[in-house]
Amino acid sequence: MNLVVFSGPPSSGKTSIVLKAIDALKQRDIKVGVVKFDCLYTDDDVLYEKAGVPVKKGLSGALCPDHYFASNIEEVVQWGIKQDLDLLITESAGLCNRCSPYIKDIKGICVIDNLSGINTPKKIGPMLKSADIVVITKGDIVSQAEREVFASKASSVNPRAITMHVNGLTGQGAYELSTLLIDKEKDIESVQGMELRFPMPAAMCSYCLGETRIGEAYQMGNVRKMDLGDDYE
Amino acid sequence: MTMNNLTIREIIEKYPFAETYFNDNKLDVKGYEDSTFDEYLNHFSQEDIENWAIDKESLKEDLEIYINQMKKFLGLDDKEGINSLTILAGHDKSMNPEGFKEFTINKSEIVSIVGPTGSGKSRLLADIEWTAQKDTPTGRSILINGEIPDMKWRYSSNNKLVAQLSQNMNFVMDLTVREFIVLHAQSRLVEDVEETTQRIIEGANKLAGEQFDLDTHITALSGGQSRALMIADTAILSSSPIVLIDEIENAGIDRKKALDLLVSKDKIVLMATHDPTLALIADKRIVIKNGGISKIIETSEEEREILEKLEEMDTFIQGMRSKLRAGEEITVKN
Repeated sequence: MNLVVFSGPPSSGKTSIVLKAIDALKQRDIKVGVVKFDCLYTDDDVLYEKAGVPVKKGLSGALCPDHYFASNIEEVVQWGIKQDLDLLITESAGLCNRCSPYIKDIKGICVIDNLSGINTPKKIGPMLKSADIVVITKGDIVSQAEREVFASKASSVNPRAITMHVNGLTGQGAYELSTLLIDKEKDIESVQGMELRFPMPAAMCSYCLGETRIGEAYQMGNVRKMDLGDDYE
Repeated sequence: MTMNNLTIREIIEKYPFAETYFNDNKLDVKGYEDSTFDEYLNHFSQEDIENWAIDKESLKEDLEIYINQMKKFLGLDDKEGINSLTILAGHDKSMNPEGFKEFTINKSEIVSIVGPTGSGKSRLLADIEWTAQKDTPTGRSILINGEIPDMKWRYSSNNKLVAQLSQNMNFVMDLTVREFIVLHAQSRLVEDVEETTQRIIEGANKLAGEQFDLDTHITALSGGQSRALMIADTAILSSSPIVLIDEIENAGIDRKKALDLLVSKDKIVLMATHDPTLALIADKRIVIKNGGISKIIETSEEEREILEKLEEMDTFIQGMRSKLRAGEEITVKN
């Protein structure tokens, strides 16, 4: 089985892109399944079901969704193998734009959209920088110049990635993307022992443990203070 | 090439665009001009590295990749011009062979594409963009200058083959026209930004019904002005040799001049349209049916005569529009 990890900011078009790519893969008789990771809510699983794609969803609730991803990915892979999939796609939203759930030697794809503003590539961390493929969406509603500027900004933070424009509505570019998702040489039986491409943020403070009161007396653990200049210290 | 022995000052002197790389990766190299990039990266503490998600090894490797890509990109214009695009026939959705064998479009030519919605116009465009080699659902192949094209057209982010101008396009940035053009020019590593900016605004104003200047905010432009700016900018600044136009609305813009401008910049123009004036301006038109090209029609003499009439009507309507805008009364005589 092949495994591909999709991530990208909320509403960047991940699900639309994946659905269009799956259409193209089905025509080549490739069996694809999807596991959707989200935090509080998703109904994308319904969209996949409608399209006849085997799907599972995982809501991380009070946990960071990418930490939740790392703790569940091995079981997810085993589910995919049981379903007899040729390709398992996981999809997760990078909520703080810092995390990336990419695993070394597993294809990682970042979906970002032209509408998010040209400084977005600068704001996104390893989720964009360490992706193998950067998919840029919503190119049909911004000017050609903005498409070019946005792509060049994405490429300067991740020059080694393949950058593609894919339209989640018309599907333009989705067939092409689909050809990059399958690697016949590859066969994943387990991700046990594999490594994340980048360590996730470390945050263990009193608020992680359920503290709700504000004030110095209640702050423990990994706490950092803003630098507001001398007058406020 | 290795950056290992160069100081940051030397890197920027040799490759001025490296500054963009430092900026976009939030690397403030001020004060480290005389250090090597390696030494600069080593100044980050372990805490910095964790806080700002810095990956030193990949930043080093990426700098070299970036510089190599930009060097290639800069050398591109003079060496590898695109003179022609050839489509080799594949099949339609029912696997019937397409109604042509080989179709070549030369630079400065305009070809229109007609066919109902969903007939396969997007697919044709995608085949061109991806330089298909019988590896897409239509089985078509694309040749550039009569040869199988370099794979760079597929994978590189700065050398896309096709620029698109579609009806839904809007400006989403909040910038003045000047700031907008400068930003685009910088991303294209244009040397004479000021002159390019002037050429684009002049070009755009020749197309627009109503004039605008460099200090106008792009989001405040009218539909016609926006399209005029997008077309002038694509003609003069876009790196892509092929321009696909998805209809140009007949309002507030001189469409014939717009096409002339694109063609004068050696672009290959493909235009999806059902507007008779536009479709007949093209030298040829591609008819799409059931996912395939069913035929290619050369614009006939008779069609050209009809085009003249259509253009007269267009001019008449445009004239009315200008009069209305100027507050004049419309009478039977004019």
